[in-house]
Amino acid sequence: MELFFRDLLKERKSAIVEKWFDAIIATYPMDTSGFLKNQRDQFANPIGHTFSNGIESILSTLIEGDTFAEGLPFLEDIIRVRAIQDFTPAKALNFIFMLKTIVREELEKEIRLGQISSALLGFESKIDDLALLAFDIYVKCREQIYELKTDELKRMTFTLLKKANLMSEIPVQEFEHNDQK
Amino acid sequence: MAPKVKLPKPGELSQIDFKIPATDWMDTPVEFKPGTYCWGAKEKDLLTLGLPNPRQWSPADEDWKIPEGWETTILEGMAERLSKYRSFKIFMDICVRCGACADKCHFYIATGDPKNMPVLRAELLRSVYKRYFTKSGKFLGRLAGARELDMNVLKEWWSYFFQCTECRRCSVFCPYGIDQAEVTIIGRELLNLVGLNIDWISGPVANCYMKGNHLGLEPHAITGNIESMVDDIEDITGIRVNPTFNRKGAEIMFVTPSGDLLGEPGIQTCMGYLMLFHELGLDYTWSTYASEGGNFGFFTSNDMAKRLNYKIYAEAKRLGVKWIIGGECGHMWRVLNQYMDTWNGPADFLEVPKSPITGTVFENAKSTKMIHISEFTADLIKHNKLNLDPTRNDHLKVTFHDSCNPSRGMGLLEEPREIIRAVCNNFYEMPENTIREKTFCCGSGSGLNASENMEQRMRGGFPRANAVKYVKEKHGVNMLANICAVDRAALPALMDYWNPGVGVTGVTELVGNALIMKGEKERTTNLRFEDLPGKGGNE
Repeated sequence: MELFFRDLLKERKSAIVEKWFDAIIATYPMDTSGFLKNQRDQFANPIGHTFSNGIESILSTLIEGDTFAEGLPFLEDIIRVRAIQDFTPAKALNFIFMLKTIVREELEKEIRLGQISSALLGFESKIDDLALLAFDIYVKCREQIYELKTDELKRMTFTLLKKANLMSEIPVQEFEHNDQK
Repeated sequence: MAPKVKLPKPGELSQIDFKIPATDWMDTPVEFKPGTYCWGAKEKDLLTLGLPNPRQWSPADEDWKIPEGWETTILEGMAERLSKYRSFKIFMDICVRCGACADKCHFYIATGDPKNMPVLRAELLRSVYKRYFTKSGKFLGRLAGARELDMNVLKEWWSYFFQCTECRRCSVFCPYGIDQAEVTIIGRELLNLVGLNIDWISGPVANCYMKGNHLGLEPHAITGNIESMVDDIEDITGIRVNPTFNRKGAEIMFVTPSGDLLGEPGIQTCMGYLMLFHELGLDYTWSTYASEGGNFGFFTSNDMAKRLNYKIYAEAKRLGVKWIIGGECGHMWRVLNQYMDTWNGPADFLEVPKSPITGTVFENAKSTKMIHISEFTADLIKHNKLNLDPTRNDHLKVTFHDSCNPSRGMGLLEEPREIIRAVCNNFYEMPENTIREKTFCCGSGSGLNASENMEQRMRGGFPRANAVKYVKEKHGVNMLANICAVDRAALPALMDYWNPGVGVTGVTELVGNALIMKGEKERTTNLRFEDLPGKGGNE
């Protein structure tokens, strides 16, 4: 990424994060009391906290041009929340693409002057990569919801099935015994 | 000529408004999306219980098959309850919309859905109350916050009164002490008048009515399950404990939620009870009739709760016991502590609970004659009556989740903590605004721990899980202790989703692991057959 572009993003980072955060909160039903946005206590408002923390780290990762490995836990935290809320898959993940719009708006003047077009394209490609990762995480979360249902059923019934001799479990010791032979 | 189409300019196209169009709450109909609601009550269960309008129906259907004239049924039911329960009338009248409760509900915190604000959840009912029972509402209508009762309103009630876990966190913050749980309770009673319940409640209630417990375990299954726990205890400790069933003349009757008899980690908690009572030489008996401490009738109606609760005193009388100990459960204790005495008491034939080991008289249970296992165990520990080896729990870093009902409903805050401190060396509290009377619900209470509503449960439990995440990251917490059977059933899924690697345990399971029993062999595993720290051969 060009140095100039990176510095520009760093300079505008807090404005971008703020707009991004507002745009995400706007995907929730009317927050008339401003609770999700303004309640800063991380335990009283876990959604707001997860998002504000997460998007800042994600943006930092994008600006520094690091691999996503470090930004991923935050990305996962956000998606984990949105995967169980009232969103279609597209709406759950649209917050990633919002970043493109927000950056374009924020750097409108520089774009018009043609100073950063190639760097911007590179940056937007990174956002696309991020979206693909987000898709993986989202699907993983959804799959887990279904696993949770079956796991719960197993926890409830496994003892009974064993007792009724309908299922059995090979004790760990038997394997060990074989290993020693 | 066709009208000219006005094309948006490129600038206009890029102006995407991410805001969801906001409509007034009264104009926002409720939607039923799979994963966010429980199945409807089944015909056979309502028939069994003699509840109105038994039929096959699904909440996802347009037609809920509600009998004609239902509006009258609901309004008459409302009038009856307004005159019968002074608290309900007051709660309908005194709310000043200060908003103190609004952001205290775990469902609101996790969804941002305004109808999950306790104030608005009550308003769903209050708006109808105003329209039909107050002058201002009758004349001014919507201007006074009143609205007609119609099918959309009924569906909205069903959706949102089964999105409240009756945890009462909001009432802690209400300056008037409005108890939203009671509003939800009345709301559910009214819904039941026209056959609207959820399967996960009416099924267990019907089971309990016919078989004595929510799971429908018959006597041979109860004794069989406990016998297999006895076998496991013998494998682990070398000691064979000898529980008795339906034994007349025992000093104490023990009643626990049936969830402890089936499924993990409930059974390990149950093994803890068995070991503790054996070690003390307690003269106690199980009952296969009063085989359910929990009471899902409480989530149906006052009358149903009373009906299911009746067997506890009846069985105590039949067996001729002196007093009762109850196992680890949540809503069970709100019922026993606050309602049992007025419903089915006074239990004059019982004596005030007195620990035969320490001599402590439990004056707090003077009237109900029934104490919580945590009170009993904490008293033993205070008097140094247990030989404990907390290092057996050294591989655990434990935090404690206050279950809503024991903490807010009966003030049971210190006892479980005293026990945990005595049986574990690593105990870490979650942040102050998420524990004790401000505890966050597991998200699955009051009959909402079904599987089909998994998304809803994951939402409701998010604030709780978020606090666990904090102690997990800060202290490496890997075990979430609690004293509630619904917690033990519901929290494993919640932890798997939000905090993988954090297990769930009943407090008495921790006791069972730490308890050094007279004549026991050297233990190599805990009650889950996992190696004890430093003792295992499989490490």
